[in-house]
Amino acid sequence: MACKTLPAAMSLIQRADARIKLLSTAGFSIVVACTKNLEAAVLALGISLCMVILAGPPARQLLSRTATVNLFILAIWCITPFTTPGHAMINIWVFNPSREGIMQALFITLRCNAILFVNLALLSTSNPFSLAYALLALRVHPKLVHLFFFSWRYLHVLNKEYERAQALLKTRGFDPKTDLHTYKTYAYLVGILLIKGYDRANRVYDAMLCRGFDGTFRSSRRLHLEGRDMILGTIMFILIAVLAGMEWIMDPC
Amino acid sequence: MHISEGILSPEILLAGAAGTAIGVTMGLRSLKNGDIPKVALLTSAFFVASLIHVPIGPSSSHLVLNGLMGIILGWEAFPAIFVGLALQAILFQFGGLTTLGINTFNMAAPAIVAHYLARPFLKQGGLGPVGLLACAVAGGGSIMLSALLVSLSLALSGEGLEAVGRLIFIVHIPVAIIEALIATFTISFLLRIRPDMIIPGWTD
Repeated sequence: MACKTLPAAMSLIQRADARIKLLSTAGFSIVVACTKNLEAAVLALGISLCMVILAGPPARQLLSRTATVNLFILAIWCITPFTTPGHAMINIWVFNPSREGIMQALFITLRCNAILFVNLALLSTSNPFSLAYALLALRVHPKLVHLFFFSWRYLHVLNKEYERAQALLKTRGFDPKTDLHTYKTYAYLVGILLIKGYDRANRVYDAMLCRGFDGTFRSSRRLHLEGRDMILGTIMFILIAVLAGMEWIMDPC
Repeated sequence: MHISEGILSPEILLAGAAGTAIGVTMGLRSLKNGDIPKVALLTSAFFVASLIHVPIGPSSSHLVLNGLMGIILGWEAFPAIFVGLALQAILFQFGGLTTLGINTFNMAAPAIVAHYLARPFLKQGGLGPVGLLACAVAGGGSIMLSALLVSLSLALSGEGLEAVGRLIFIVHIPVAIIEALIATFTISFLLRIRPDMIIPGWTD
């Protein structure tokens, strides 16, 4: 399964403080998602592209993830230009895409990819531990953070169970088809996964109680901002402010 | 069944985030500290189970299982689905921070409906015919309700996106039939093998 974060190479962005990365991703995503200004959207895509190059994820992963997200965008390009009312740009037989529809599809493409690249550069280069501590430091409800942390921690364990069950089905000659037997088998597989998760959770919790767990997580690691984190944070803050400013100055509403 | 970043209008994103904030708060309030590992591991189990691709005729679809999550977890399905979608955003880049709210709401609100629909019929001694029907309606209905919410979110975000939304709704009809079967079989399986998991206070 491809559900691993990007490998921890030593680029500047990857080593940065998770709180700065989270806040930057959130600020950037919100401003870009709201933008109705073409120059701002193009600039945002440019910035995010630079960041993803600086963060340096492996090219194959980058390409496959970009391709998956853009499949849906492709569907939008096939439909939206023809269903949005407005002035026809060109007339080719019965196809007369409207200017408004093309602009909407273009905006969606720019915004979607800009946010995708920032997620790849900042969010996917953090590990679960540092993200969980960052979330706690940012005052997210501890119960939600613990839920997030445990789910991530045991995802691979349950995926192993799933792979084992799949191998078992294969050795017994299971051949998935569109029939009741197939769906029943998959339903039992879902049930088995749930049982494995449930039992594992009880064992994990008992083990935690034995070690004196009282509902809070303690860490010997202190989060502290270094000079380069402050630089990254400042740069991101300025860029987000510029994007928001472009929106406000060019299209005052 | 999630909408990518940069497509929906800010108003819809904000409305979704507000709905999800309420739902997650309700879920966290009913979640006891000692139950966190349990709900978390069920969340990872559902996450892995949603990677299963089932054949539908010549095509295939992955499972969504939000109805089943609702039946088993109740209001805790809200934070569970929220965490599942957050993990998908981080690990696969499906969706992201700004769409987390609306995507969670579109999947979790139908899960809560499924919970209230099927829960009264899960009693000791297995599912009766009415119980089977309730599970099927909860499993399939939650998919159709989610598809409807996704279509509405798209339609309200731009006139040109209405057709995309309608297409998404139609595509999910066969998925809903499969999910109805899967939810029913899974619940009756768990009731037979491990009733303690879904009926609180179960005694042998």
